Amino acid sequence: MLVTGAARQLGGRFVRRIQRDPGVDRVIAVDAVAPGHGLGDAEFVTADIRQPAIARVLAEHSVDTVVHLDVSAKAVGTGGRTTVKETNVIGTMQLLGACQKAPSVRRLVVKSSTNVYGSAPRDPAVFTETTPPKSLPSGGFAKDVVEVEGYVRGFARRRPDVAVCVLRFANILGPRADSPLADYLSLPVLPTVFGYDPRLQFVHEDDVVDVLGVASGEPGRGTLNSGTFNIAGDGVLLLSQCSRRLGRPTMPLLLPAVTWVGQALRTFAMTDFSPEQIRLLTHGRVVSTVQMRETLGFHPRFSTAETFAEFARSQGPGLLPPEAVGRAVDRLAARPFAGAGGDGPGITGAGDTEPAPSAR
Amino acid sequence: MADAKIIPFDDDRSRTGGSARPGRRRGQGPAAASVVGTAAVSALPGQQDASEPQEEPERASRPLGGAEGGGWDRRIAGGLAFLRRRVTGEYDVDEFGYDEELTDQVLMSMLRPVYEKYFRVEVKGIENIPSEGGALIVSNHSGTLPLDGLMLQVAVHDNHPAGRHLRLLAADLVFMLPVVNELARKAGHTLACSEDAERLLRRGEVVGVMPEGFKGIGKPFGERYKLQRFGRGGFVSTALQAGVPIVPCSIVGAEEIYPMIGNSKTLARLLGVPYFPITPTFPWLGPLGAVPLPTKWTIQFGEPISTAGYPVEAAEDPMLMFNLTDQVREQIQHTLYKLLVQRRSVFF
Repeated sequence: MLVTGAARQLGGRFVRRIQRDPGVDRVIAVDAVAPGHGLGDAEFVTADIRQPAIARVLAEHSVDTVVHLDVSAKAVGTGGRTTVKETNVIGTMQLLGACQKAPSVRRLVVKSSTNVYGSAPRDPAVFTETTPPKSLPSGGFAKDVVEVEGYVRGFARRRPDVAVCVLRFANILGPRADSPLADYLSLPVLPTVFGYDPRLQFVHEDDVVDVLGVASGEPGRGTLNSGTFNIAGDGVLLLSQCSRRLGRPTMPLLLPAVTWVGQALRTFAMTDFSPEQIRLLTHGRVVSTVQMRETLGFHPRFSTAETFAEFARSQGPGLLPPEAVGRAVDRLAARPFAGAGGDGPGITGAGDTEPAPSAR
Repeated sequence: MADAKIIPFDDDRSRTGGSARPGRRRGQGPAAASVVGTAAVSALPGQQDASEPQEEPERASRPLGGAEGGGWDRRIAGGLAFLRRRVTGEYDVDEFGYDEELTDQVLMSMLRPVYEKYFRVEVKGIENIPSEGGALIVSNHSGTLPLDGLMLQVAVHDNHPAGRHLRLLAADLVFMLPVVNELARKAGHTLACSEDAERLLRRGEVVGVMPEGFKGIGKPFGERYKLQRFGRGGFVSTALQAGVPIVPCSIVGAEEIYPMIGNSKTLARLLGVPYFPITPTFPWLGPLGAVPLPTKWTIQFGEPISTAGYPVEAAEDPMLMFNLTDQVREQIQHTLYKLLVQRRSVFF
């Protein structure tokens, strides 16, 4: 088995995890830079997938399964957007070209993203794998992913004997998450788009590693692991809920102002606040996971809310921790009633700011 | 109908309101709900925040305060519990962004005075909406601003014995506007497309659609109560595919809230909206002109049209779709004329 993108957190975890699988003899981890973390017994090969050298690696080790994880929104270390785009698009082209020449390859797993759907107000509320996007992403990572998927479809047509599995992951989050959205949620004050409350879906890192294992092995009974699948945790969180659960205040800005703030943040390299991310934070995106459950036979351990809770725990308290806010409300409830009990119904205008006598 | 005087009607309304609300709250506060509901209504006539959450665990903790004081304590504590959940984000939304708690406790309470006191909506034939399973409510559309949709939502929510929630399908313009789109999603509305409609219907929800769209809502005052073309009849094939009945619905009174005597096409194009209404009051009196006229409304739900008898491939048959669309359209138009004949005056 050959795994690309092994220098990344997620690639490293998958390499370590898949070695324990009894069906896997040998794991070859590939990346352009040496990983900062251990890879267990896996053999690490320094190779840039943008170079044709990758074909030699494939042939040398007579690889039967290729897991392509080197499709990411963020550069590893210090690379600009150009490097990322080259790795995503040119790297995929080279890798697929190499796979096409390698008769030993039987299975290909590609990490994709639900970014391919874009997000627009005219889209249906829930995307299925077959929903065509109403407006194609015009640039950035989303466009990379659309192009990568296009090349993968072409490869699947040319090599019908190879089982191809494309996994479209929702926003990956977890204690060690390393994605633009995780960076955004780590900001002390979250800039949001005024008048919009996007619906977000998350998938936990552990589930990502597990589902990659399911996709790269032999399919289980009654399941099929070739095709395109949306991978996301159950349920939906609104951005307002996320900010309250994290305890980070939001700063609603008008849409043009958000673009400026995004540019400013990008200039100071605090976070990759790209136009597509702003669109996600405006309109949100929810995908259907019926295919993942019924065809792929994978059931994530973490729901969207649980994934987010794990992430929030790893982040530490924000400026307005939910516990403190909750306690403030409790204190309001615990304050003794201003007058006697009979006084209460007289003050009708006060509404729910009226302190209640029953201690909670 | 002819002797539907205002005062007995309002009286009746507050009573039905009091008995319907505990029913809806059944899922949250099991036994206390009915006690609380009646106490709240008797203690505060006309008070609108009567629908704060009541899931108070220690509901019998203060018997001393008497029925009134106890009701208040509970209401305040319930309100604080609600506030606590809201500020800590511990509430659920579904995949469409529908926030049931916020809709029930806040949005509906804000719309209810308009529904009860301003338009004095009278609802007929609520029993035509099934108590369980999906149904597609097809209604006429009028009134320049889609207030009829919101009133329809309150009508189903407050009058149906099973406390069903109406999920409306809205135009894409709704989801492009800031604030509006956020509130629409939280109130359970979604984009009018066959994917969303079918997903909701398969989940067994009651879905409301107004197939006239902008043609209906933005038609001039002279054409009031004349149904426009019903789109391409996509709603029929969606109902057929989901196997749910179609409930025709006629709304009388919404046409007169903003009598549209003109339409400034230039301004509409400039603002990117489908029409820019000119009413006897609107651009001239500024925001004051945007206050709707207090017409008296009637919402009538008609006999459901079953789609169960058709085979699956019938949804692909355009002839059948046109016939069914016409059948629904004619039934709504017929009921509209009947209600108009019965109506004594626009305002009473």
